[in-house]
Amino acid sequence: MALTTAPGRTGRTGSARPHANRRRGGRDRHAEGLAGYVFLSPWLIGLMGVTAIPMLLSLWLSFTNYDILTPLSEVQWVGLANYERMFTADPSYWHAVRVTLTFALVAVPLKLAAALGVALLLNKAWRGVGLFRALFYLPSLLGGSVALAIVWVNMFNRDGAFNSFLALFGIEGLPWVSDPDWALQTLMVLAIWQFGAPMVIFLAGLKQVPTELYEAASVDGAGRFRQFWHVTLPMLSPVIFFNLVLETINGFQGFTAAFVLSNGTGGPVDSTLMYTLKLYISGFTDLEMGYASAMAWVFLIAIGLITVVFFSTGRFWVHYSDGEK
Amino acid sequence: MVAVTSTARRPGRRQGGRQAVRLLILIVIVAVVLYPLLWMVGTSVKSQEEIVNNIGLLPEAFTPGNYTAGWGNFDLSFGTFFLNSAMVSLLTVVGNAASCLLAAYALARLRFRLRGVWFAVMIGTLLLPGHVLIVPQYILFRSLGLVGGEWPYLPLLIPQFLATEAFFVFLMVQFMRGIPRELDEAAKIDGASPYGIFRHVILPLSRPALVTTAIFSFIWTWNDFFRQLVFLSSLDDYTVPVALTLFIDSTSQSAVGPMFAMSVLSLLPVFLFFLAFQRMLVEGINTSGLKG
Repeated sequence: MALTTAPGRTGRTGSARPHANRRRGGRDRHAEGLAGYVFLSPWLIGLMGVTAIPMLLSLWLSFTNYDILTPLSEVQWVGLANYERMFTADPSYWHAVRVTLTFALVAVPLKLAAALGVALLLNKAWRGVGLFRALFYLPSLLGGSVALAIVWVNMFNRDGAFNSFLALFGIEGLPWVSDPDWALQTLMVLAIWQFGAPMVIFLAGLKQVPTELYEAASVDGAGRFRQFWHVTLPMLSPVIFFNLVLETINGFQGFTAAFVLSNGTGGPVDSTLMYTLKLYISGFTDLEMGYASAMAWVFLIAIGLITVVFFSTGRFWVHYSDGEK
Repeated sequence: MVAVTSTARRPGRRQGGRQAVRLLILIVIVAVVLYPLLWMVGTSVKSQEEIVNNIGLLPEAFTPGNYTAGWGNFDLSFGTFFLNSAMVSLLTVVGNAASCLLAAYALARLRFRLRGVWFAVMIGTLLLPGHVLIVPQYILFRSLGLVGGEWPYLPLLIPQFLATEAFFVFLMVQFMRGIPRELDEAAKIDGASPYGIFRHVILPLSRPALVTTAIFSFIWTWNDFFRQLVFLSSLDDYTVPVALTLFIDSTSQSAVGPMFAMSVLSLLPVFLFFLAFQRMLVEGINTSGLKG
C-alpha cells in the first residue's frame, strides 16, 4: 500500500529505484503477515484450546461412556449407544426437545411482535422517545439474571403479585410456577418481557426506511395498513430476519430461568426441562459426560440446521433495497 | 414519517389526539414492563407478614432489616460473593478488551495468509452455543487441575483472555473498518510498523469500541450463571448469582424478604451501568446487534 500512495512524499518510492521498491514492499508485506499472526495469536490459541479441541474431544466423548470419575485412559468406546439411548430409550430427552421447541416457537414470535409493535409506536419522533426506549430496554439487561428469575418465580407463585392482580377482577389464580401446564408459560412471559433489545434494533431499522416511499405510497392512495404491509415490512425484512435468527438461537439456549424455577430439576414434571438444562443435569448431576456430549452434538447440529434453513428461506422473503438477494 | 408531513399540512386536533393515544398506550406498556422491577424493590423492604398480605407496591412498614438478614444469611456474608463477582467481571472486562482488540486489528487491518479463512471461522463461532462446549471444557480444565484448584476462577477467565467472545471481535472489526485507512497509510509512510500503527493509530481511536465492549462484558459476566455454576464448587468461591440460588434451596417462606433484598443488590451494579451508559448501550446494540 505504501508503494501506491507514497510517491512524491518520500524519496524511496520514486521510479528511479524500482527494484529497491519491490524488495522493500516484499519485506513490508512479510512483516505485516508476521504481525498479523502475532496479533491474532491469542485468538488462535483460544480457538484451538477453548473451542476446536474441546469440540473434537466432545465428539469423541459422545461415543464413550465417560463419567468424570474414571480416568480418560480407561474410557470405553460404546459406539452409537449414547445416541441410541437419547433417541429411543430416554423419554425425558424427547420431553426436553419438545419443551425447548415449544418455548422457542411461542416465545420468539411473540417477543418479536412485541418488539416491532412498540418500535412502531415509538418511531414517530417526539421528545420522550429516548426515555421510553431506555425504559423498554432495561429488562433486556436485567432479565437474564438469577435475581430476576427469582423475582419472576415469586411473582407467579400462588400468593404472588400476578394472582393479587387477578384477584382485583375476582379471578382466582393458580400456583402458575408449580403447575406443569403453566410453568413454561411463565418463562415465556419472562422472555417476552425482554423485548427491548430487538426493539432497539427495529427502531434503528425503521429510521432507515426512506420517507419518500411513504409519500409515494400515500400519493397512490395507500392507507396506514397498506403502507405498513407494502413499505414498512419489506423494508424492515433484513432487520426482522436478523432478529429472528438471533432470538431463535438465544431462545433455544434458555437456561437460567428454568434452572431457578425448578431448582435445577426441570420440574414440575419436566415441564421446564429446557435442552440446556437436560444437558446440564446429564453432565453435571448424573455425571454422564459421554451422554451429555452426545446431546451437545445433536444440539449443535440442530442449531446449525436451523440456521441453514433460515438463511435458505430468507432469500424468499428478505428484501434488500440495493437489489442484492 | 407520514405523520410528519401531514402535520405540516393540517396541524389539526386529530393529529394531537392520535399522539395522545399513542403516548397513553406507551405509558401503559411502561407500567407493565416496570412493574416487576418496582415490585421487586418494594417486596425487598416488606416484612414477612406484608409479603403475604400486602399486594401493593409499597410496604406499610418500611423493613430494611431484610438487607442485613440477607447479607448474613449464609455462613459467608454476601460481601464475599460480591467481591468474587466483581473480580471475575472486572478481569473479564480486561481480558475481553485486550484480546479482542488484538484479534480485531489483525482481521480488520493487516494482510496475511488465510486471513479470510480466519475471519470466516470467527463469524462461524459467533453463533456457536456455549453450552455445547461446557462439558469438554470442564474436562480439559479439570485435567489441568484448574477446576476447584488454587484459584478456581481460571476456567472462567482463561477463555476471556483468548478472545473467545466472538461478538466483541466482530464489534471491533466493524468499528475499525470505520477508521480511515489514510491514517494507517500516513503512519506507514512515517515509518511506523504494524505494531506502531496499532499503538498510535488504532488503539487511541478504538476507545468507543473498547468502552462498549467493557460495559457489555461487565454486565454479561455479572449476570452470567451457567459457567459460574459449573466451575465454582465451594462456598467461598461463589459469585453472586450462584449464591442467590442457595436461597432457593432453603425455600422457607421466611427467606423471601432477604432473598429479594439480595436480588435487588445484585442487580444494582447493572442498573447503575445502565443509568450511566444507557445511550451507549442502545447505540452499542445497534451497531453490532449485540444482545443485552
